[in-house]
Amino acid sequence: MLIEQFITSFIATAAFGIIFSAPAKTLLKCGFVGMIGWMIYLILYQYKMDSVLATLFASFIIAVISHFFAKKYKTPVIIFNVSGIIPLVPGGLAYDAMRQVVENDFNAAIPLAAKAFMISGAIAIGLVLSEVMNQIIRKASLRKI
Amino acid sequence: MDKKQDQTFDIIEVCLLAGKIMLRGGAETYRVEDTMMRIAAAYGIYHSHSYVTPTGIIFSIDSHHPTKLVRIVDRSTNLQKVAKVNSVSRLISSGDLTVKEALEQLKEIERDALAYPTWVQIAAASISSGCFLIMFQGDWTDFLPALLTGGIGFSCLIYFHQLVEIKFFAEFLASLIIGLISVLFVVFNIGTELDKIIIGSVMPLVPGLLITNAVRDLMAGHLVSGISKGAEAFLTAFAIGAGVAIVFSF
Repeated sequence: MLIEQFITSFIATAAFGIIFSAPAKTLLKCGFVGMIGWMIYLILYQYKMDSVLATLFASFIIAVISHFFAKKYKTPVIIFNVSGIIPLVPGGLAYDAMRQVVENDFNAAIPLAAKAFMISGAIAIGLVLSEVMNQIIRKASLRKI
Repeated sequence: MDKKQDQTFDIIEVCLLAGKIMLRGGAETYRVEDTMMRIAAAYGIYHSHSYVTPTGIIFSIDSHHPTKLVRIVDRSTNLQKVAKVNSVSRLISSGDLTVKEALEQLKEIERDALAYPTWVQIAAASISSGCFLIMFQGDWTDFLPALLTGGIGFSCLIYFHQLVEIKFFAEFLASLIIGLISVLFVVFNIGTELDKIIIGSVMPLVPGLLITNAVRDLMAGHLVSGISKGAEAFLTAFAIGAGVAIVFSF
């Protein structure tokens, strides 16, 4: 079952790269970043980790890989970031919450919306954490010179 | 003196055009501000201020020159343009491009059509819908329904977006059609799990990226951008939820 998750997350992320008009030569790398992120999330989630924490870890790793790719291929980091986090994004949750709101079931909607907000916060914190780390490392290495 | 004045006007023009293309391509607020100030600095203007929101850019330099404002009406995601502007700004920073050349190149980037033809994008959307169904633990028998529904939904979005100016209305109609088609698939026993098919097929429409960007902007201190992106994401999610819910209410 893990294999089909590998393949589908790779294809889904690369396809999202096309929807976002990412440059053609970065599509495979986008798919790779998305696949790694989704696998980390899935494995942590299967080991009973909270989905918010699992998202945080996954998005942190995605951001680290994206920074590495961005430096290596001299492209803005957003190209890899954006496609990479797509599988993690709580689209299903946000949609579910909204559906409950529209159906007037607010008691069911609020926990879902809160969860979606927490997960998107976790993604953002993961991205920012890696950026902060990047800056600290850069400053530390500058001081040495 | 006059020549210098002209030069400065051109530099402002280059900065604003670069910022405009990047913002319309979906770049983050801080990246747009940073790029504009870097370009200005590379041309010798060290004290510039830029203020970027999702709907407009204000750019000013410390002197007697006028402050300029650019209005951004339509936003989409086109990462290729962001990448191209980024490489132009790299060239400017390393001193390889004159102001006139930079302006020419940026104008060319702005004129560029989409990176991929529409049918490729629709194909990508439908494939990703099918893959998302599997990722959300859906059954392989539902793969084909999700693939078709996602593709039809995304093409409807593109079509309605050309038809009506209001983005949210196009999203509403597209998700209404997605809901209808998925219900039909389930009624005719081609698909099994209605919820999974719908979630898989609306994934190309959901504003997941906007939500994340909004939180990220808020954390970076871009409060205005963060809140307006959040509002946009909320409206989009609302449109999609409402579109599908109408189908359910019958």
